[in-house]
Amino acid sequence: MSKPDETTGISSDTDSAGAEVSSAEGVKNGQGDGAGGFIILFFIIGFVASLIIGWVVFPKLLYSQKTQPFDFNHALHLEAVSDGCESCHIFRDDGTYAGVPSNEQCIGCHEGVQGDSPDEKIFVDEYISKEREVPWFVYSKQPDCVFFSHAAHVKKAGMECVTCHGHIGESTSLRVYEENRITGYSRDIWGKNIAGVKRETWDRMKMDDCAECHEKEAGKRSSVQTDKEACFVCHK
Amino acid sequence: MKIDRRSFLSLGIGGAAGIALSPLPWKLADDSAIWTQMWPWTPVPVDGEVTYVKSACTLCPGGCGILVRKVGNRAVKIEGMEGHPVNDGGICPLGLSGLQLLYGPTRVKAPLKRVGERGEGKWVKISWEEAITEVAKKLGDLREKGETDSAACISGSDKGTVPALFKRFLSVFGSPNFMRMPSIQDSYEIANNLSMGSAAQSGFDLEKADFILSFGSGLIEGWGSPVRMIRANSSWRKAGVKVVQVEPRLSNSAAKSDKWIPVNPGTEYALALGLAHVIIKESLYRTDFVQAGNPGFIRFRDVVLSNYSPESVEKITGVKKETIESLAADFAKSGKPVAICGRGHGRTQSSLGELMAVQALNALAGNIGKEGGVFAVSDPGYTSWPAYQADEIGSAGIKKERIDGAGIGKYASSKSLVNRFAGAVNAGSKINLLFVLESNPVYSLPDAKAVKDAFKKIPFIVSFSSFMDETASNSDLILPNHIYLERYEDVPASAGLSKPAVSLARPVVSPRFNTKHAGDVIMLLAKEMGSPVADAFPWDDYQACLEKTAGEGWKKLKEEGFSSDQAFAPQAVGISPGKFDLSGGIADLSALFAALNPEGDPKSYPLLLLPYDSLRMASGYIGAPPFVIKTVEDTVLKGKDILVEINPATARANGLSAGSYATLKTPKGSARVKINLFEGIMPGLVAMPRGLGHTAYDNYLAGKGINVNELVGTLEDPASGLDAAWGIRANLIKA
Repeated sequence: MSKPDETTGISSDTDSAGAEVSSAEGVKNGQGDGAGGFIILFFIIGFVASLIIGWVVFPKLLYSQKTQPFDFNHALHLEAVSDGCESCHIFRDDGTYAGVPSNEQCIGCHEGVQGDSPDEKIFVDEYISKEREVPWFVYSKQPDCVFFSHAAHVKKAGMECVTCHGHIGESTSLRVYEENRITGYSRDIWGKNIAGVKRETWDRMKMDDCAECHEKEAGKRSSVQTDKEACFVCHK
Repeated sequence: MKIDRRSFLSLGIGGAAGIALSPLPWKLADDSAIWTQMWPWTPVPVDGEVTYVKSACTLCPGGCGILVRKVGNRAVKIEGMEGHPVNDGGICPLGLSGLQLLYGPTRVKAPLKRVGERGEGKWVKISWEEAITEVAKKLGDLREKGETDSAACISGSDKGTVPALFKRFLSVFGSPNFMRMPSIQDSYEIANNLSMGSAAQSGFDLEKADFILSFGSGLIEGWGSPVRMIRANSSWRKAGVKVVQVEPRLSNSAAKSDKWIPVNPGTEYALALGLAHVIIKESLYRTDFVQAGNPGFIRFRDVVLSNYSPESVEKITGVKKETIESLAADFAKSGKPVAICGRGHGRTQSSLGELMAVQALNALAGNIGKEGGVFAVSDPGYTSWPAYQADEIGSAGIKKERIDGAGIGKYASSKSLVNRFAGAVNAGSKINLLFVLESNPVYSLPDAKAVKDAFKKIPFIVSFSSFMDETASNSDLILPNHIYLERYEDVPASAGLSKPAVSLARPVVSPRFNTKHAGDVIMLLAKEMGSPVADAFPWDDYQACLEKTAGEGWKKLKEEGFSSDQAFAPQAVGISPGKFDLSGGIADLSALFAALNPEGDPKSYPLLLLPYDSLRMASGYIGAPPFVIKTVEDTVLKGKDILVEINPATARANGLSAGSYATLKTPKGSARVKINLFEGIMPGLVAMPRGLGHTAYDNYLAGKGINVNELVGTLEDPASGLDAAWGIRANLIKA
């Protein structure tokens, strides 16, 4: 190999072209002495290892696991109420959506411990009687830059809760909450599947998922959500 | 077969290919993008239910109704209350910034007891019980020694139940020394007392007036109730009402008026008398209140006709004789002309001579107690509580002379003369205990040094301030009050309204710190003192007292947030025709109408320093919050430098140029200032804003500029004891 000439780019080009030739020769030569086997082996090792890192290790590192303050049985509560999800996840008088219920709503039944569930005891002793709100981890909490109106979707468009939130109402206990270490947000926004593969409408809650439905609904018509100035409908 | 460099290259390539086929890079890219939106310092609004709470603003005497927007438990915005009789949905910059006072860093968080030297800033937190016991013990000692009259209170206002409770406490305890911070209404009270026989304050039906003659009042800069005045100004513009501003400098109010008449400072009274001269001489006056045979009128007429011809007035005021004549004719020929005074915000007093001269114009125009005119408005009567029984010590104490002299002898017509307080203490009058309620006298009284000296002579000072202001930092015990957004209180609008209302301040959020309502503290103190003081406070707590006091009006107050019911509305004092005494019964009118020379020797101090007020600066108890201080122009405050306004001619004469530094000297002190050249100020004057130069409050306010009260003094009006100082002699020396 010629000495690299630092004065002109042209001779460097020539140089690297020469290097390619020589490495190609090397491969050819290598096949002869069995080095090609190692090259393939190492390629496979690197390939497989990084696939494992990317698909298995990375998601484990990216999300920290957080347990809720205490467990909650949605199914049990749903049986006891008359108005479905909206019995507790209420819309206020002014039309705004209240989200996760506050103690004020729970205190009607849970002023004292009713059953023998240790979780209810925690709720009553640690929160209700101490007048502290429960610091729930909210699986579906969107970033602060997102404006989302439940009233528009549920009240006006008549959408079902399950379309975006899945069958959480039928669950008997709360999942572990996985918090993205970089963004601080719930794993449910990106979706459980690290590749972002979506089977059901409630699998992901990213902007594309909003768009998917809005495009489908709007069709060829223009709508505030798909027009030019659509950004500011949700990103206020 | 061997492992060589190429094998490792291959490992790397395989790794890169594997990573590319995994979600890692795409997911990381997405997360990094979201991460950049999630900086920890990005303000994030709280989430929760949006509610509005009706309340009232107490930051100035304006008495506006407010509507506070809350998200969850956090107050997020203060708006004006629609339909409120004072401000009807409007709000001023200070009112808008109230949340910075609620959530800002200058709150006093618990009762504090001084441990270091006074003013050193060393405090220790104590419990409310300890604090109240300590004050009660000091008060008990005074009673034992028979020195109850050496207890005093300086309050921001004397209206409403809380000041009334403090006044009642002192009275039953045995001290007459309840003082309120100065305002032009002190002067109006005396003038109304002398001319109409009622020590009532003045209210003005300005919205319906058709000619406004303002003697230096900052019509759109915070005089009276600021929001109401700005609205009145808009209505004048629409209706073509003429506004004339008499003032030595082109203030914003002067700039927005139809005619600005620059006048030599302190000679406003002479201009008013010159106008009266023309009106009487030309027989332009109306006889509704002024009858030719009335002896008071005759004496007034004689003085005015002999001493205040337009020619003489031109010499005194610098206003051309023709201007005086035409202005007098315009004023008197208008249907509902109103003359008002009270410089700037109207939070300083004026001489009795000036008041009598200006009120004479209103009387001559026949515009008193009428639509579009001037009203004498007595205090709302709702705080009339059952009489208390004082014991011997108390009755003896209350009969003693007030420390400020108000109420007897030559000060017989005045209720409170807090301007004389510091002088009296420094001259040896004994005050052993001082309560300071909703006011900041160490900062906002003129002649700050004398006030500080007086404070040094008072052995025990209790501040009820919610903020670590200048007075609180110079006290011995701080019993922090809830701020207005955390407490119930009746807020009577008092600043120059002819048909005022009472509003209800109510807790928008629960108290953030270990503070206590001053009304509750004074009652606890009374209970601790025992009979007879305790018996004068038959209520369980302040709220019970307020509800009882409001009586049937409470429901309406609570529902609507304000009330202008008869019971709450101050009563306009009826005045029968011919009963306005232009002479005020004062024997020597020539002495009443005399120029008061400002303090200082004209040779060493050839210039005159004039403090001025602006809407962008709070000059009272409340220091300007960050939002407000940010609005101050850099021709007023640049960095930490205060700029004084001078005419370019003054600058040339003193070798100064725009932006240069100078030392401003007055008989009271000196300060380093920066020069701002302004054609709109008369030559020979130096104008300096009030409201800067705080040493207390937060970093946005403290250490910026100079407190003009350190450079000006008080000037006692010989006729009334009022502070007649409108400025002080000064000198500017190039630095």
